[in-house]
Amino acid sequence: MSTTPTTETRRKSTAKAPRRLWPRVLIIISLGIIFLSAVRVVTGADDISSSGALNASLALAVPIGLAGLGGLWSERAGVVNIGLEGMMILGTWGAGFFGWQWGPWAGVLGGVALGALGGLLHAFTTVTFGVDHIVSGVAINILALGATQYLAAVAFSGKPGGGETRSPSIDDMPSLSVPGIGDPLGDLEAKNWFLISDLAAFARSLTVNVNALTIIAVALFVLTWFVLWRTVFGLRLRSCGESPSAAESLGVNVYRYKYYAVITSGALAGLGGAFLAIVASSSYRDGQTGGRGYIGLAAMIFGNWRPGGLGAGAGLFGYTNALQLRRGGESVHALLLVVAVLVIALAAWQLRSGFSRSVAVAGSIGVLVLTWYLLTDEVPEDFTRMTPYIATLLVLALASQRLRMPAADGQIYRRGQAG
Amino acid sequence: MTTMRSRINVRDAALSMAAPILAVAFATAVGSLILFVAGDPVGQTWQVMFDTAKQPRSIALIVNQGSVYYLSAIAVAVGFRMNLFNIGVDGQYRLAAFVAALTAAYIPAPGPVRIAAAILAAMVTGALWAGIAGLLRVTRGVSEVISTIMLNAIATSLVAYMLREVSVPVEGSNNIGTKPIPESARIPGIPLIPDSTQDVYGLVVVAVVAGIAYSVLLNRTRFGFDLRATGHSESAAQASGVNVKRMILTAMLISGAFAGLVGLPELLGQAYTYSLTFPAGLGFIGIAIALLGRNHPLGIAVGAALFSFLDVAANPLQIIADVSSEIVTIMQGIIVLAVVIAYEVIRRYRVTQEQRRVARQLEAPTEAQGVPA
Repeated sequence: MSTTPTTETRRKSTAKAPRRLWPRVLIIISLGIIFLSAVRVVTGADDISSSGALNASLALAVPIGLAGLGGLWSERAGVVNIGLEGMMILGTWGAGFFGWQWGPWAGVLGGVALGALGGLLHAFTTVTFGVDHIVSGVAINILALGATQYLAAVAFSGKPGGGETRSPSIDDMPSLSVPGIGDPLGDLEAKNWFLISDLAAFARSLTVNVNALTIIAVALFVLTWFVLWRTVFGLRLRSCGESPSAAESLGVNVYRYKYYAVITSGALAGLGGAFLAIVASSSYRDGQTGGRGYIGLAAMIFGNWRPGGLGAGAGLFGYTNALQLRRGGESVHALLLVVAVLVIALAAWQLRSGFSRSVAVAGSIGVLVLTWYLLTDEVPEDFTRMTPYIATLLVLALASQRLRMPAADGQIYRRGQAG
Repeated sequence: MTTMRSRINVRDAALSMAAPILAVAFATAVGSLILFVAGDPVGQTWQVMFDTAKQPRSIALIVNQGSVYYLSAIAVAVGFRMNLFNIGVDGQYRLAAFVAALTAAYIPAPGPVRIAAAILAAMVTGALWAGIAGLLRVTRGVSEVISTIMLNAIATSLVAYMLREVSVPVEGSNNIGTKPIPESARIPGIPLIPDSTQDVYGLVVVAVVAGIAYSVLLNRTRFGFDLRATGHSESAAQASGVNVKRMILTAMLISGAFAGLVGLPELLGQAYTYSLTFPAGLGFIGIAIALLGRNHPLGIAVGAALFSFLDVAANPLQIIADVSSEIVTIMQGIIVLAVVIAYEVIRRYRVTQEQRRVARQLEAPTEAQGVPA
């Protein structure tokens, strides 16, 4: 706590922060759209802002976002949750098992319940027994993978359309559209006008054929923000992640709040798994999560342990994923230009406060990417797959001073042993 | 962590031994329960597993698999001893094995030189890949847990890309792999197990050497002492003149170098090519085994043997007993969870005992002063 600002400046900043936040977010989104639009016109890679790509991004971002949201709950209460991947895997099986027999909504509940079960186990080992959080998480990942593969073999073998590695198919989840808006927006998008078509595509991706579960996921983001930052419950929960002994001295039952947080965390990861099983592929499949639990964790760190930032991180990961699916080579090649310009701009921004090593690093990365863009026509598919991970590493490396995790995150807390 | 006490307490030793045995018993019980609830034949399952494990061929397979697990766990354990979580062993060994496969296949040199070069290339590659995480940690304060997870994913894509660039089709399948390693650079198996058609990997020796090196490095060198000291208390180590940043970086490099060896027994002893079907996920098993063996070279050996036994013995379950072999993965997960809980409970029990003992000793002469409330 050596850099604590004076009380006055701090009061000012906390008073202003919520009011300032929304305009800033809107400005960033609009700048992003203008920028993408310009890049689209310059490079001719239409898919980088088509409504199809944006719609796909949203669908790909949801499971990552939900896993990240799970991580957020858990880490805000001071428990690191590497086990998100395992809880997500449990969620895919739960969704497959219940969804196949009793419909998609039962599948959602099943995924949530099994994910929560994984969370309960993690809480049991880390909170009750004080086992190292990462150790417990790794063990849960191993256990969850084995358990789902075994349960899948037992439950789905020989069932119509099912087998050892996949469940029979699950009925579709309803999709919602704002009526009467899709066609005019589609026409506008097809005109390929600068900015206007991109705005139309953006609006269309948010209003046409949006899955019910996607809407629920977005609502959960808002709900999480509200519960954790605007209620007494949330304040107490976060206090367990910042200073459990202080919370204890104020009469907060730290164990109980940690349990709540970690079980919620598992439930959210399970919901992410359910989304993968029900919406993304309409059945449980072995290996369906593909490490998305880990990416969710990365998105959460990327987003500085805040729901808004996490949403942006998940969106970015979903977007790069989506581009890779839609004429990947060309689209991601166009994206190189975006990255180059952004990183060089970042370097220029940092240069204002003097030349430093991070300016040099950012600047040279920018120039390298720009050279790459100019010398090639396409980016190999495998490199596009790396994009989110490299982005996370870069953010961690370049902006780690700006990141602030909960102060007691990952520390083992024993009741009554505060030092 | 090992206790620093010189006096060997018999009860303590018994407790330490009891934890893994109880964990295995518990996992077996839960496994049986799951089999029973799922309607699978419980008795037959265990019977098939023990019958399988008794065959000479299976024993050779257990040794082979176990040596690979052992190397992976040693790599993880180096980090663990100084509170570093190298989750990235998985990416490190795959990238290293790929580079080693190319080295052994393309270097124009006699066989033994190729082998030596491949081993060296693997260790260097593993060390460098882990070094990225080490460097990020010491220069930018990035948690090695997150960076190694990211590096795993990047390694997967990187290897896939490079494999596609240099690959040749593997005969008789639509698999692709690197150019096969020439006969001269292949390491022959050792017919260690009598009556077995399956030889033991020649590079089992490497696992033994790695275990000894690990033990000597940690317990008999100044570096090892500094490493353990840093693991126990970073600030205390710093105060006594240890350069903690350099220790972190070096530990990551060593861990990565061990990780580089993980893929070699398979590569140079059996597959002779790095293909799409090269085993993945060994790094995570290594974490579990290092935990099980409490970072002790012999404990890890027992853990590796146990996990390898479970894997090999479960192979024919599907065919003979119509039981999904993943039941052993569940058991492995339960063993790890149970054992870490048991170790934690024992540790806490010891601390309380110690506190009581000290309190008793202090109480006797200074009874008159009493204890402040």
